[in-house]
Amino acid sequence: MSIIDIKNLKVHYPIRSGFFNRITDYVRAVDGINFSINEGETYGLIGESGSGKSTTGKAIVGIEKVTSGQIFYKDVDITKARNRRRLDYNKDVQMIFQDSMSSLNPRKRIEDIIAEPIRNFENLTTDEERRRVQELLDIVGMPSDAIYKYPHEFSGGQRQRIGVARAVATHPKLIVADEPTSALDLSVQAQVLNFMKHIQQQYNISYLFISHDLGVVKHMSENLAIMHRGRLVEIGTRDEIYNHPMHIYTKRLLSAIPKVDVDHREENKKHREEVEHEFQEDQSKWYDKDGGVFPLQKVSGTHWVALPQSEVKAQLKEEK
Amino acid sequence: MEKQSDLLLDIQHLHTAYRLQGDFYDAADDINLTLKKDEILAIVGESGCGKSTVASSIIGLYDHKNTKVTGDILYNELNLVGLNEDLFNKVRGNNIGMIFQDPLASLNPLMRVGDQVAETLYYHTKMNDKERHARVIELFNQVGMPNPEEMYQMYPHELSGGLRQRVVIAIAIACKPEIIIADEPTTALDVTIQAQILDLLEDIQRQSHSGIILITHDLGVVAETADEVAVMYGGQIIEKADVKTIFSHPLHPYTRSLLNSMPQTEDEEDDLHVIQGTVPSLKNMPCSGCRFAKRIPWIPASAHEEEPVIHEVEPGHFVRCTCYKTFHFQGEK
Amino acid sequence: MWKTVLRRFLIMIPQLLILSLLVFILAKMMPGDPFTGLINPNSDPKEIARLRQEYGLNDAPWVQYTRWLGNLFHGDLGESYIQQVPVSSLIWDRAVNTFWLSLLTVIISYGISIPMGISAGRHQDEWQDQSIQIFNYVTFAIPGFVFYILGLWLFGFVLNWFPISGSIGAGVDSGTLAAFGSRLYHMILPAILSALITTTGTVQYLRTGIVDNKVEDYVRTARSKGVPERVVFDKHILRNSLLPIASFFGTTITGLLGGSMIIESVFSYPGMGKLFLDSIGQRDYTTLTALILLFGILTLVGNLLSDIIISIIDPRIRIK
Repeated sequence: MSIIDIKNLKVHYPIRSGFFNRITDYVRAVDGINFSINEGETYGLIGESGSGKSTTGKAIVGIEKVTSGQIFYKDVDITKARNRRRLDYNKDVQMIFQDSMSSLNPRKRIEDIIAEPIRNFENLTTDEERRRVQELLDIVGMPSDAIYKYPHEFSGGQRQRIGVARAVATHPKLIVADEPTSALDLSVQAQVLNFMKHIQQQYNISYLFISHDLGVVKHMSENLAIMHRGRLVEIGTRDEIYNHPMHIYTKRLLSAIPKVDVDHREENKKHREEVEHEFQEDQSKWYDKDGGVFPLQKVSGTHWVALPQSEVKAQLKEEK
Repeated sequence: MEKQSDLLLDIQHLHTAYRLQGDFYDAADDINLTLKKDEILAIVGESGCGKSTVASSIIGLYDHKNTKVTGDILYNELNLVGLNEDLFNKVRGNNIGMIFQDPLASLNPLMRVGDQVAETLYYHTKMNDKERHARVIELFNQVGMPNPEEMYQMYPHELSGGLRQRVVIAIAIACKPEIIIADEPTTALDVTIQAQILDLLEDIQRQSHSGIILITHDLGVVAETADEVAVMYGGQIIEKADVKTIFSHPLHPYTRSLLNSMPQTEDEEDDLHVIQGTVPSLKNMPCSGCRFAKRIPWIPASAHEEEPVIHEVEPGHFVRCTCYKTFHFQGEK
Repeated sequence: MWKTVLRRFLIMIPQLLILSLLVFILAKMMPGDPFTGLINPNSDPKEIARLRQEYGLNDAPWVQYTRWLGNLFHGDLGESYIQQVPVSSLIWDRAVNTFWLSLLTVIISYGISIPMGISAGRHQDEWQDQSIQIFNYVTFAIPGFVFYILGLWLFGFVLNWFPISGSIGAGVDSGTLAAFGSRLYHMILPAILSALITTTGTVQYLRTGIVDNKVEDYVRTARSKGVPERVVFDKHILRNSLLPIASFFGTTITGLLGGSMIIESVFSYPGMGKLFLDSIGQRDYTTLTALILLFGILTLVGNLLSDIIISIIDPRIRIK
């Protein structure tokens, strides 16, 4: 049962130029993508900077204007503001941001920061509200006296947990997490990721986990999509993407992750160079005439790749 | 036996203290390190562990009013600690090159990138304008920039992140320094660009036989590039060994915990390992005893040394404190 | 870029038309007309009516407006109702006076504020900085007219060092060296006084710029290259810190012609500001509308000039 269905989503920004400053072209930040997120799952969206992954996330929570395409939530297209209001969509879908410092208002106390979404959507008495905030802080493992403090009094990891508490305050069904741990240290990242998993199990929340870090996404999500130049190059399960990647871009990303494998580092480097060579050599094989990503082809029930049919067949044959 | 001439940098008992509200606190506490030719020494640790403090102490770039540096940093016959600024300016950029984290912020937005590289040459060589220009083009070729003549005239904002970092590297290696300090050189970059930049650093080192101090928080980067590794926690080096040993036989509880909290393990369904508590701030750092003790409270106090010192466990493998001997993860015997 | 400049000029035309219409409406809304002031017990109502008819004041407003606009396109600003001379020559004389006074003011103002800003930024929180900050607070807080009158009283009346009004001594032949000396002598006191209290912005922007830029990463890079500290300051820190000041420079230049109403009034200096105030008092529509239009053009040109200047010195900004 999917909670979000994205159909041919496009977000284009106009480029103006010339004497009359007319729109001459568009930046195709997101250029026709399709995927769906199941209830209670963590869906990984991977891409490098400029791939359009954050724009996709923002379009889903409704803070980025959609150029065309639909986003279905409970089978209703929420790119229309009327539907968003009717469904309480803004309450059901929340976001966690990368930079915990700049996404929390420095002049507000933690109590007000966490209570803000509650105040927007529910009518609670002061006592009820406080109890709820305490509960939420408890869930993310923060001491109860935290409510009187300000964001700068916490460390990066604690602030990100406050961000998580704020996001779950309204009992959302989906949380879009945009690089939630990339500003954090390793041991702190582990903490935040664990909390996110626990909360998911407790409340059956779905995540769209946006990241450039393939290691983190591998840990968090069952299904994932790789985004490149505004389109998806490959969709699949964790096993399909990490162990049987088909698109050169996926292979390139995977080979570029630094591995904690000192004994094989020469081999890894050689493999990386081979993939890079393949990627540079044969651009026309992997991308269309204009350097764009091909339409997705079905490989299996869960695995899709953006390659011409012939290439998909050739690769499958080779694998056998 | 190593030849004495291979030794590039000998850091002994380095203390770097910052003034916070009138008092000085050690951000780097008794650092002992050596860097040899052809060696990549990685200093790894989380934010606030003092790794960048060590870097800025070596190259002498700190706020002199509010920083106190003691100990010795020996470069050939020269002690860089307390070196007079005019002399230090002859060393910086010439014998020691530095690469920074954020390539956009590290370049002057108002200057053409070619001129920023040429500026280093201006202060350390006798080249004239034309020779400097030619050398910059040569450097741009070396760091793998396409169309170097065109690139020379560009401004930083016109280049991609990867190209900017190549410019920063070109600045650092312009005068063929013996020592290159790279402070989180790839943290701000995408993984594919990161791989290219790390490969480039290795190539440069192979050609120039320089020694590189690589400061990073990324254990993957360490595993892929370093020869020697020093792990820092709370301003101290808590473990030091060659890269194979660090990853195959880590001893100090902190090193082991850190490796365990990486999300690259095979069992994805399990929770990641979390280190209890938080890193104490500079002001609240315990002055005596094992600084990591508070984060492994299930280990009895008797396991720690009162004044932890560095022990050479095997030749070349150093560990601070004795707690490594009895350390076990919680729920594990 | 020149295409852009041309386009900006073309855009200015409708802006100016709107401005001229507003100016015209405002002028018409003012009570009375140029001849109200001439009415006295002896004046012949018929004569007033005849004058009104002759100057077209009885025509429909839009007829008056188009006539005025038409004349404007022929370079004819009309004739002052009061002084019976062409407005253009009236403005020209005053503009020359204002230009020299303002130029001197700006030179003195930058001459004081730039060294102060540099000193405050370089010696942040030291005694130099603190004394400059105090100076800033005082000159910012004190109202212009109080400061001018105090200065006029002290240096003009009490100490008798400078003349207290006018732009040139009586009976000095124009075009001679003596005339130049006399003009300069009349300008010095007002120029110094108004320069002193217009330093605040420049000092603050420069100080903040230096304080911020000092700790920028690229400054650290410059130091790591072995660039001597003096050069780091002049070449890297100072150049970047001067950007915000350069962005005001265009409006400052055109502001030279606008004059200052307060200083010119206090010193009875025959400049544009005083002309403006006088023509309001005398309901001198033709002069007034011409002046407001001129100020409008100056503001627009000043902004354009600022944009051009900043785009020349800051490569990140390209005017589009």
